[in-house]
Amino acid sequence: MKVLTTNYITCAVKACKSSSAAFPLHFKDAELVQEELELNSDFIRNVLPRIEWPALVTTAVELGFTTLPSTKPAPEQLDEKMLQDLHTLLVETQVTEGKLVCGNCGHEYNIHQGIANFLLPNHLGINLPTPFV
Amino acid sequence: MSAKPFAAVAPEQYEAAHVHQVYQQIASHFSATRFKPWPIVDRFLREMPTGSVGLDIGCGNGKYLNVNPNIYMVGSDRSSNLVQIAYDRKLIHDSFVADALDLPHPTGRFDFAISIAVIHHFSSPERRVASIKSIISALKPGPTGQGGKALIYVWALEQNNSRRGWDEGHSQDVFVPWVLSKQYIKAGSESVKKDSTLDAEANEEGKPQAKEVTYQRYYHLYRKGELEADVAAAGGYVLESGYEKDNWWVICGIVG
Repeated sequence: MKVLTTNYITCAVKACKSSSAAFPLHFKDAELVQEELELNSDFIRNVLPRIEWPALVTTAVELGFTTLPSTKPAPEQLDEKMLQDLHTLLVETQVTEGKLVCGNCGHEYNIHQGIANFLLPNHLGINLPTPFV
Repeated sequence: MSAKPFAAVAPEQYEAAHVHQVYQQIASHFSATRFKPWPIVDRFLREMPTGSVGLDIGCGNGKYLNVNPNIYMVGSDRSSNLVQIAYDRKLIHDSFVADALDLPHPTGRFDFAISIAVIHHFSSPERRVASIKSIISALKPGPTGQGGKALIYVWALEQNNSRRGWDEGHSQDVFVPWVLSKQYIKAGSESVKKDSTLDAEANEEGKPQAKEVTYQRYYHLYRKGELEADVAAAGGYVLESGYEKDNWWVICGIVG
């Protein structure tokens, strides 16, 4: 799971979608890898306006990236270094193991060998525990 | 073969047996036959502006995830075996396991979505409409030309030129066989084959080494106009629609 993806993920439980506590999901016991990819500056410039910045800052801090500015950089602030830093965080950094936890209902989604699983107990034929009924 | 999706069993369980478990078993073989992007899908993705963020609901082996390197796509599929194949291809994009009716996405944030040959696997009218609603509610809302766009493909009932020969008047709920070649049959799949809930049968019963195994997948074949009607029922609007090689497709959005 890439960091950019987590900016577009919330809890799969319908009742949580309207709750601000469900976004972003929170990382627990996350293990990271960096995969080197070619920098696409135009992509970074154009994806930046789409990003929910406060959520990204929260996610980044949980993963140990503490140097992100607290407000979204303006287009003229996007120098080479800033573009490279954002590229590294958003698309090169992957969470390979760990959990994503909903701040509203507490449900934990597993990430194993890089793949997150968002199936809910009812998809797996298990009776629904209280938060899901 | 005609399928009976409205039997005593709940649609979720019906789809688990006749869709999910089948794709889990045939994932490698299925993926090996899925590599060429369909032209309309290819064009839809290439026309997205740089920096666009979108979804591929039912991404399978991820064949659409690397069409356009200037956009970001998040693919999901119900089959963990297919997602594993997509993930192992080391695409610049991302993929995970999710159910199309309970997507883990915030509403109203995506520039685009695609769902190619997926929602015809839902076995009730309500669930097919709900799946479209689930997809379009993830899009940025807005009137024509201003909001996000979703491209949805489904199999058509009207395909009298195909070898399957279905056409108007045929039952819309069918089983479609997938013949799993010997080299894709995994050790231990014997137990699944014998599972009566699966409708999977060996060609020659009782032989120690199966030559091939036939699985039956459930499909709802869409008739002309039905996809557009489902989009409307889901609260969306249709921008474009058409027919291509045994499939109906639609590009749709949501006002919000």
